[in-house]
Amino acid sequence: MASPLGQSVTLHDIAARHLHARHRLLQMLREVQASRSYVPEEAIQFFAHVLNLPIAHVRGCVEFYSFLHTTPRGQFDVYFSDSVTDRMAGSEIVAKRLADRLGVTLGQPRADGRVTVSMTSCTGHCEQAPAGLANGRVFTRMTEARIEKMASLIEHGVPVSEWPAEWFHVDDGIRERGITLETFIPPGEAIRTALARGLPATLDEVERSGLQGRGGAGFPVGRKWRGAYETKGAHYITCNADEGEPGTFKDRVLLAKYADELFEGMTIAGLLVGAKKGYVYMRGEYEYMMEGLQTVLEERRAAGLLGENICESGLDFDLRIHLGAGAYVCGEQSALLESLEGKRGIPRVRPPSAVKIGLFGQSTINNNVESFVQAAQIAWKGAEWFSDHGETKSRGTKLLSIAGDCQRPGIYELPLGITVREVLARCGGENAKAVQVGGPAGTCVGRDEFDRRVSYADLATGGSIMVFNDLRDMVDVARQFAHFFAHESCGFCTPCRVGTQMLKHYADKIADGQGTQRDLEQVKSIGEFVKGYSHCGLGETAPNTLLDTIKRFPEEYTSRLLAEADFVPDFDLDASVTESRALTGRQDQLDQVHSD
Amino acid sequence: MSETKNTFTLDGQPVVFEAGQTIMNAALAAGHYIPHLCHHREFKPHGSCKVCTVRVNGWLSASCTTPASAGAKVESEAPDIQEARRRIVQMLFIEGNHFCPFCVKSGNCQLQAVAYHLGMEDTSLPHRFPSRAMDASHPDVVLDRDRCINCSLCVRASRDADGKDLFGLSGRGIDTHLVVNSSTGLLKDTNIDANDRAIQVCPTGALLVKRRGYEQPIGERRFDAQAIECEFESKY
Ligand SMILES: Cc1cc2nc3c(=O)[nH]c(=O)nc-3n(C[C@H](O)[C@H](O)[C@H](O)COP(=O)(O)O)c2cc1C
Ligand code: SF4
Ligand code: SF4
Ligand code: FES
Ligand code: FES
Repeated sequence: MASPLGQSVTLHDIAARHLHARHRLLQMLREVQASRSYVPEEAIQFFAHVLNLPIAHVRGCVEFYSFLHTTPRGQFDVYFSDSVTDRMAGSEIVAKRLADRLGVTLGQPRADGRVTVSMTSCTGHCEQAPAGLANGRVFTRMTEARIEKMASLIEHGVPVSEWPAEWFHVDDGIRERGITLETFIPPGEAIRTALARGLPATLDEVERSGLQGRGGAGFPVGRKWRGAYETKGAHYITCNADEGEPGTFKDRVLLAKYADELFEGMTIAGLLVGAKKGYVYMRGEYEYMMEGLQTVLEERRAAGLLGENICESGLDFDLRIHLGAGAYVCGEQSALLESLEGKRGIPRVRPPSAVKIGLFGQSTINNNVESFVQAAQIAWKGAEWFSDHGETKSRGTKLLSIAGDCQRPGIYELPLGITVREVLARCGGENAKAVQVGGPAGTCVGRDEFDRRVSYADLATGGSIMVFNDLRDMVDVARQFAHFFAHESCGFCTPCRVGTQMLKHYADKIADGQGTQRDLEQVKSIGEFVKGYSHCGLGETAPNTLLDTIKRFPEEYTSRLLAEADFVPDFDLDASVTESRALTGRQDQLDQVHSD
Repeated sequence: MSETKNTFTLDGQPVVFEAGQTIMNAALAAGHYIPHLCHHREFKPHGSCKVCTVRVNGWLSASCTTPASAGAKVESEAPDIQEARRRIVQMLFIEGNHFCPFCVKSGNCQLQAVAYHLGMEDTSLPHRFPSRAMDASHPDVVLDRDRCINCSLCVRASRDADGKDLFGLSGRGIDTHLVVNSSTGLLKDTNIDANDRAIQVCPTGALLVKRRGYEQPIGERRFDAQAIECEFESKY
């Protein structure tokens, strides 16, 4: 069968290129998917055999990740982002248009093996929406006119590499620069400064700066580094470049334009704790940046900034980049480590923390991209350079990625402690009625709360800011987030695995005008339960937007509830007998059951 | 060592523990029952069902994976926790297809017994009625995924006790399911044996030995004779 990429690559080649290393299983499976449009049964058996892994392990991995498939997707595999802000920009319309033109149902491969069109979680290009992926390549600003052309290119079998280059153009999206975006470190300078100052003194510097984790949770970076520094034995450094929280796209820019700063930060952390190896775990959607990043790594190796005896320090450190394959939960630190080990991304039990027992059972420093970039800059420029900005409990500046109903969506580097109102003024979102700070896992605030602050002490965010104006239906927004979490739950624990499905069920029922007061109460009580009893941060935050919007926009919910008398049962008898009716050919009126 | 150094309280009662013990294992060893489904003291804890959740010094956490600590205040039978446990069990029922009246495991099933223990009277949530593959390919053993609660006990028992590694969990989210570790994915191509620990530890009727069923009359089945909490409290 014709395949989109390197059809001649054999399973042997793939395994050999990855040195038959078990922890690279996911990387191998990604290459099989790319070259064959699916992971055939034969590949599952092959890798189990050559890597000496249980077949169930390999199968489990394939069936966990959204971008791996056990049946062929065809020559063209097209995904559209279905994040809320992509939908606001028309992603559903363009996706449906393409599906119509090609005569396919969303998510289902065309019978002739030509194409599959489907939706996927936020791809991280929200300010250039509608965005998506064509055979793994990111396209932006899709329009209906472009869709007509795309349909014809697909029908004619024109490879994606020959599609118009402007479809794949990604702007850096920077709107406002602060200290971080203005600071480019000449390669090696931060490392040399850190070595000259002394590595322990550099750790003091990072601690003094007050830098907190930029991935969202805000754990002090210096404290984490010190924990690892004081832990005996081997160490690893990992960088969280999964950027899966819908509406977050700031690490994208850092990876594209500030890779030296990122690698410099990881290297300093590595030299400090004596790690020999580090990994960047980058979301699969960002694969198009791989080549550029590899080039930077090569340049750094050539300059003696990676590899052996870095900057004459006598210390060794090197880096690899691993790609994810469509799983939001892999941004959760311990799931990320599992995924880096070539497994399903199931969050680990804590304690122990990753600083004690992390990657391959060793002490691990895991930080967000922006955290490493800023740590490198602090190592170079000193603690005050950073801590002079921001507020007491949230030092420094933060990259915000803003999308939705605003005139100037994009990336803004702003001091922490800034009010929502100020943020809206900068991006031209003054008409907002609601702002989602921190993505679906964050907080939804209404107009009377716009004086609240973006900071770790109040509204924490990994960067995502979504703006909604008066025309937006907040019940629908909350419903879409509920769908996101139900799709992304790893399935390990009962509260999240089943609870997110229940929240989705009731959110749909209410949004569709079929809900009653009782259903709304169910959402609240199941929501509180899922938050309290889930295993990891995914479940702990999944109900947030439903609960926030019920509290802040109650009338949007109550106005569409049915009176109790019009109770609609969860169980639809009519629907459930449809199949047997079809099988028995019975269509008589007498067997039609109605709830009234 | 003084008494308080290795003691915590469980609903106000002192429980002595050994270094490294989890709250669950310390409680069970002391004859206190904490409801659980994915836990079995012979195997490495998994911490996934969350039925065993307790409040430790104000924080909810799974007792089967939480290390016991000196002086900790552990609440287990608080009304809100029992309510949440009931909800978890309801979720496990509506997630799969459990037709207890016809099931050979009825009366010997821990899911059912824990539901009785928690006073679960209905499922309250919309049933999902999933369509799941049944594996009856093996002459002696049957796997009915309809009744599987993804507890992974068979995975651990097959790997750690039987030394066979015949099972694994696969899929994601609500599609999580048990897979059999053979080239065909079927039990017939494994060396499973009717006496394997993997089958014995299954808390539900998902893994069963064929031609063995309804052996005790109603009234004399495992949990007819003794409620699950009594069984655990008398075992140690
Ligand atoms: C479901 C979930 C998804 C997450 N996704 C990301 C992510 O994409 N990027 C990230 O840096 N942190 C993410 N986090 C937070 C990480 O678990 C972890 O706190 C972070 O990588 C630590 O780095 P930092 O301290 O530098 O922020 C996520 C957490 C959860 C619970
Ligand atoms: S496995 Fe247990 S809960 Fe499920 S049907 Fe059988 S007896 Fe009922
Ligand atoms: S088959 Fe039984 S033991 Fe195995 S995961 Fe399912 S319920 Fe648990
Ligand atoms: S299923 Fe992942 S946290 Fe529960
Ligand atoms: S028994 Fe502890 S989580 Fe299942």
